[in-house]
Amino acid sequence: MGSFLLLSFLFLIAGVIAVPLASKLGLGSVLGYLIAGIVLGPVLLALNVDVINLQHFAEFGVVMMLFLVGLELEPKRLWEMRAKLLGLGGLQVGLTAVLAAGAALVFGMPWSFAVAIGLILALSSTAIVLQTFNEKGLMQSGGGQSGFSVLLFQDIAVIPMLALIPLLAMPDLVDGWNFAETGHTAEIAAPLEGATSSHDTGDATGGSNHDVEGSLDLNLVDELPGWAQALITFGAIGAVIAGGSYLTRPLFRFIELAHLRELFVAAALMMVIGIALLMTLVGLSPALGTFLAGVVLANSEYRHELESDIDPFRGLLLGLFFMTVGAGINFGLLFGNLTLVVGLTLGLMALKGAVLYLLATVFGQRGADRWLVTLSLAQAGEFGFVLLSFVVANQVLPQAIADQLLLVVALSMLLTPLLFILYDRVIVPKYVEDQAREADEIDEAGTVIIAGHGRFGGIVNRMLRQAGFSTVVLDHSSQQLEMLRAFGLKVFYGDATRPDLLHAAGIAGAKLLVIAIDDKEGATELTRYVTQNHPHVHIVARARDRNHVYDLYAAGCRDIIRDTFDSALRSGRSALEALGVHPFDAELKTRDFQDRDRHAIRELAALYDPEVELHRNTAYVERTRELMAEQEAMLLGKPGAFAMRTDRGWSPPTERDVAAEESG
Amino acid sequence: MASVLLYYAHPGHRHSHVNQAMYDAAATVEGITRVDLYATYPRQDINSDREQALLLDHDLILFQHPLFWYSAPSLIKEWIDLVLEHGFAYGAGGDKLKGKILMQAITTAGSAEAYTTEGYQHFPLRTFLTPMEQTARLCKMRYGAPYVLHSALRAPEAGAVAPHVAGYVDLLRRLRDETYDFDAADALGQVQADTLPFKEGA
Repeated sequence: MGSFLLLSFLFLIAGVIAVPLASKLGLGSVLGYLIAGIVLGPVLLALNVDVINLQHFAEFGVVMMLFLVGLELEPKRLWEMRAKLLGLGGLQVGLTAVLAAGAALVFGMPWSFAVAIGLILALSSTAIVLQTFNEKGLMQSGGGQSGFSVLLFQDIAVIPMLALIPLLAMPDLVDGWNFAETGHTAEIAAPLEGATSSHDTGDATGGSNHDVEGSLDLNLVDELPGWAQALITFGAIGAVIAGGSYLTRPLFRFIELAHLRELFVAAALMMVIGIALLMTLVGLSPALGTFLAGVVLANSEYRHELESDIDPFRGLLLGLFFMTVGAGINFGLLFGNLTLVVGLTLGLMALKGAVLYLLATVFGQRGADRWLVTLSLAQAGEFGFVLLSFVVANQVLPQAIADQLLLVVALSMLLTPLLFILYDRVIVPKYVEDQAREADEIDEAGTVIIAGHGRFGGIVNRMLRQAGFSTVVLDHSSQQLEMLRAFGLKVFYGDATRPDLLHAAGIAGAKLLVIAIDDKEGATELTRYVTQNHPHVHIVARARDRNHVYDLYAAGCRDIIRDTFDSALRSGRSALEALGVHPFDAELKTRDFQDRDRHAIRELAALYDPEVELHRNTAYVERTRELMAEQEAMLLGKPGAFAMRTDRGWSPPTERDVAAEESG
Repeated sequence: MASVLLYYAHPGHRHSHVNQAMYDAAATVEGITRVDLYATYPRQDINSDREQALLLDHDLILFQHPLFWYSAPSLIKEWIDLVLEHGFAYGAGGDKLKGKILMQAITTAGSAEAYTTEGYQHFPLRTFLTPMEQTARLCKMRYGAPYVLHSALRAPEAGAVAPHVAGYVDLLRRLRDETYDFDAADALGQVQADTLPFKEGA
């Protein structure tokens, strides 16, 4: 327990200190975590912590991230991406693997080593790249979409790679290499045993070690014949899709009975972990499984709820993952082979970058987007770590080469945030005009969030959608949702007053928020939160009564609609007409009343102080009396300085006016 | 420097061929006030106090609109009915607009030939504009000859939009800088992009 607390505290404090500093310096959070990890490295070594084991645990953050990415991606859009996914992604993996293998051959490696090295280095870092895309809001750009296609293809490609690599095993060759290199590696590797112990070939004897994500060997299908394995694989994927489509809704409705926020979090975690477990059991990539589940749930009304529940865990685990990458860098080995390792790293990144640049050009990426693809994906990735321990265990590569490659992978990941900085500072300004135009287009499509879809918000939503605007509707009544679903309307489950949910619904990129929830205090709180944290969002708020108007005004909203005011005005106008007032005069009187009342309430709202009771607020009471006196004067037919506009408009000129013209 | 107040009125702005482009281009001219009447009063409830204050602040009032039924879009008429009050614009004590200039920038669907005694509109354009001209006179303002584009619906194919918009921007700058020759414009009756009269040496 003590060591668990100590370890947690160490990682938390390193992250809490390093990341804000890195962000402040414009380096981005990923580099901050990596640096924190490097600083933490010696401490962990001294405490004899198995960093690599910890890293396998933290890789679950990648699984969660792919779940979240899946949630953002409707099946339709995934289908639209298929050309990019297979073409761009397939060619990137294929070309990079061939070229990297070729380079390895040139360095005098046997062909089996070369193939394994090529495959390992063809992969990029999903964790770093997607995290940075999200942080910088690049996910929806052309370059971001292409980068994501490549990463997704790589995640899928890992599965056949795991099947293929054991076929490359040549124990004699590996032993021979190890023997020849012994004199060289022993002296370097010896003092570092603590940090790299898990890479030792201790469990290499079995040759059937498919356990790449966790420390338990849970694979159930290994011993089965091929056809049964395939059947089970498809069965598992089918189960994820069917479960996501049909079980989520009843599950969440059941949970809702408890009215406990944390149960939603628990259920969301349960889903993600359960799917990952199922995938591990049948020998599939957990990341791919959860991604699939995410895509299935992208159309679900619980999407934003799930997103906001999982997101903090993803963030923490990925942070831990980046720190373990930093801590895992073997500086002894690095400085022993500095020129070689740095040279290999730069060579690798140049090669991967060149392939990406070529493919981005072929696939029609222009300007800044082409450079984004090139620079963002030029590193090797976390699957490289996984595959490296896998190839050593399967006697495909000798430990000495794997250790050096491990450094190359880690170093290339360390350099990636610098390439993003290069992109931000050098590439983007060059293409700034293109970018501005693109930003405008996104702005046009800027979403509208509607909080509350009852009798009020529902009408607003229908009007906006009929006018062709896309809306995201949040409501936290299951009955309401079910009713709307019956009519084919799409709404999301969730309490809009929760900032995390609002974030998941896209408040950061939204143009407008319509607040139409029944809860007065909730509406005021929501207004205050959004005006303070997202001042770019225009708020249209529904007020329940006069005091609520004042509260909303004090919270910073300037577009407040009293929910019964307009219907009351129409009733008043109908009453005037029924009393024999000419319909046009009734209309004018209605407008006039509306103007005056609006004017008065705005004036009084400025005097209102939520801390002071109304009747003790002297300025408010004073002004109310004055306004009442003015109204009184009007009633008695003494317009004074406040002549009714209705009397002025269309009034005929007087005799005097006509005489003035005729004499002039 | 003359202060220019540009009133734009086009309820069908989404289908506009020329007027919206003119109004948008006018935004590039610094130091003039632009008012999109249909955007300011979407419910047609014109605020006379606000409008009269605007008029007092400016030297030149320019109405930019398409010609609707030999006249202007209805909101301009409503504006005239409510804003040009007796006692303010005319009548006893109504001299607040005295000495200012009133102008129109008009597009017509009919061709220049249509607006002749031989053409299908039977009258020259200026005949249809006499109510506005007399409105200016009654308010003791000078009426400036209108800036006109005929055959506006065919202007995009004819490549006439860009020159007309450029001429409009030029006109607005000249009006602001007081280098526009009103007398020469009066002599022409109506002006267009290639006949804008500017003061010599300016």
